[in-house]
Amino acid sequence: MTTLTLLDAVGVALTEEMRRDQTVIAFGEGIATKRHDLVQEFGALRVRNTPLAEGIIAGTAVGAAGTGLRPVIDLLFAPFMCYAMDEIVNSAGKLRFMSGGQFSFPLVALAQTGAGWGVGAQHNHNVEAWFVHSPGLKVVMPSNPADAKGLLKAAIRDDNPVMFFMDIGLLYVPGEVPAGDVVVPLGKAAVAREGADVSLVSYGKTVLHCLQAAETLAGQGISAEVVDLRSLKPLDEDAILVSVSKTGRLVVVHEANKLCGVGAEIAALVAEQAFAALKAPIARLGGPDAPVASSYPLEQAFVPQADAIAAAAVRLCGRQRA
Amino acid sequence: MATQTPDARRLLEQMMLVRAYEEAIIAGSQAGKVPGTCTSVGQEAAAVGVVNALAPEDLILTNHRSSGHLLARGADPGRMLAEVMGRSGGYCGGHSGSLHISVKELGVVLTSTIVGAELSLAPGVALSQKMLGRPGIVTCFFGDGAACEGSFHESINLAALWNLPVLYICENNHWQAFVHRREAMCRDHVSEWGASYGIPSRTVDGNDVAAVLAAAQEAAAQVRESGRPYLLETYTYRTRGHFEPDDQAYVDPAEREAWVARDPIKLCRERLIADGQLSAAQADGLIDKVATRIAAAQAFADASPFPSTDALTRFVYA
Repeated sequence: MTTLTLLDAVGVALTEEMRRDQTVIAFGEGIATKRHDLVQEFGALRVRNTPLAEGIIAGTAVGAAGTGLRPVIDLLFAPFMCYAMDEIVNSAGKLRFMSGGQFSFPLVALAQTGAGWGVGAQHNHNVEAWFVHSPGLKVVMPSNPADAKGLLKAAIRDDNPVMFFMDIGLLYVPGEVPAGDVVVPLGKAAVAREGADVSLVSYGKTVLHCLQAAETLAGQGISAEVVDLRSLKPLDEDAILVSVSKTGRLVVVHEANKLCGVGAEIAALVAEQAFAALKAPIARLGGPDAPVASSYPLEQAFVPQADAIAAAAVRLCGRQRA
Repeated sequence: MATQTPDARRLLEQMMLVRAYEEAIIAGSQAGKVPGTCTSVGQEAAAVGVVNALAPEDLILTNHRSSGHLLARGADPGRMLAEVMGRSGGYCGGHSGSLHISVKELGVVLTSTIVGAELSLAPGVALSQKMLGRPGIVTCFFGDGAACEGSFHESINLAALWNLPVLYICENNHWQAFVHRREAMCRDHVSEWGASYGIPSRTVDGNDVAAVLAAAQEAAAQVRESGRPYLLETYTYRTRGHFEPDDQAYVDPAEREAWVARDPIKLCRERLIADGQLSAAQADGLIDKVATRIAAAQAFADASPFPSTDALTRFVYA
């Protein structure tokens, strides 16, 4: 085990994968500047800066992935992906199917988003659900450095395009990371805390808020289980259903806009497949249908916090707030 | 590696094949048997001339008006027609239809119908060629419409910056869907934009197959030699509508007639006969030959079954 930030864990995973596989290349907005160690080890042909032009960065990655390379691209901030939507959605996500399986697109698109830096709505917009809704793509968003490393390794090795979202609020938070080639499979959730009374299902930084809420709830005699999805597509439906079948109560939490967010899908899944297990209505906590403000208190207020999560759980458990 | 200059009669025959194939689609569409498609009638020389300048190891990115590129590259018209008709025997198993046919085994890769997407994908394909040490250059076919997309400029900038072996072929056919290029483009020639990226560029008469072939051979040789991009504009004309059916009521008849008078197949045939390379009877014999191939292609496509519904979600994920 070593202690790394999420950003450093991503760098370690990239380094190890580039060592393992000569076809892995990395390019994007400032990647050769910020990760000079990669340039030194792998050379300027495999690690490249690009113009600030997300469309051609993503398009080049799709073209390269379809013909034998495994590109990892850094698009910086998630809202910038709007410039790359055609390349990601229409090309990376569809051309395998449309060609009758002649091509595959093993690429990873890195982007950061979420509250933490006060960067405002054109740099902070949790758009991950857009890509869940687009066929042919996989989507991950880790909540800690160990998963960031393991998921990036899996994403680079996967033969499909993977959107890899990094939570801005977690980039510099240190955590224990196993050394060596530890891969976290795509599509596998993790039980971050076991519990019996209510399931708190989340991803990204709100997993930490759920863990804080679970601690508070324990003090009130409520045993909360925290499920960290890690992957949004493939979604680990079994992990969600197993947890809810055990606890009978579900609170879904994410920072992204609640409207048509991933939480809606999870709520629908549980309503369709585990209705009989439910002892209370499903609760969803998500951001409002609004761009994120830059001002710190507003940015924080956008995100479901631990007290709101605990309050929702208490409500579902039919108890008054202590 | 350089390619051998093909026999002029072969170029004529290929152009005739493209024309006959598209006419079969038009007829099938009018009979309600084949879905309407985008054709490239009038642009055959632009496609056949360029593709014949390429080496077998070269890769091609194309778009929705791709019949000429595919057939000149040696694609089977039966499997193409089956694809257009949504049959399982098509090159993409009916997942593509006419607009995005890729044929990996022929090096026709990553076809997209999103105007400009082929430009966006081309540098990455060339990057693979370069980094994996493969010899072929990458040829990217697009139209004047795509040249007005940002991806054209982003693509050429990157290919020039990274020294990527891309032969950009702009088929300036005067029409951007239902809009004349004069309404959409601030210049008459896309090739003029190449100079601003510091890459060689020129315009060639896209209806003269011999001129297109010679220009494309020169351009391909430069890309092969320098490892850098080249922009070749084939100046031609889409004599039919954006797709079938299209009454073309928006087209200036005089302009269209002037281009029809310079029909690339007619020009080539007349020249070969005048040069004594072909008799009128031999030219007619070529028409009969391609008609026989298209009839067989139609029979193959007609006999090919529709895909079963389990193909609905096949090939979404690798």
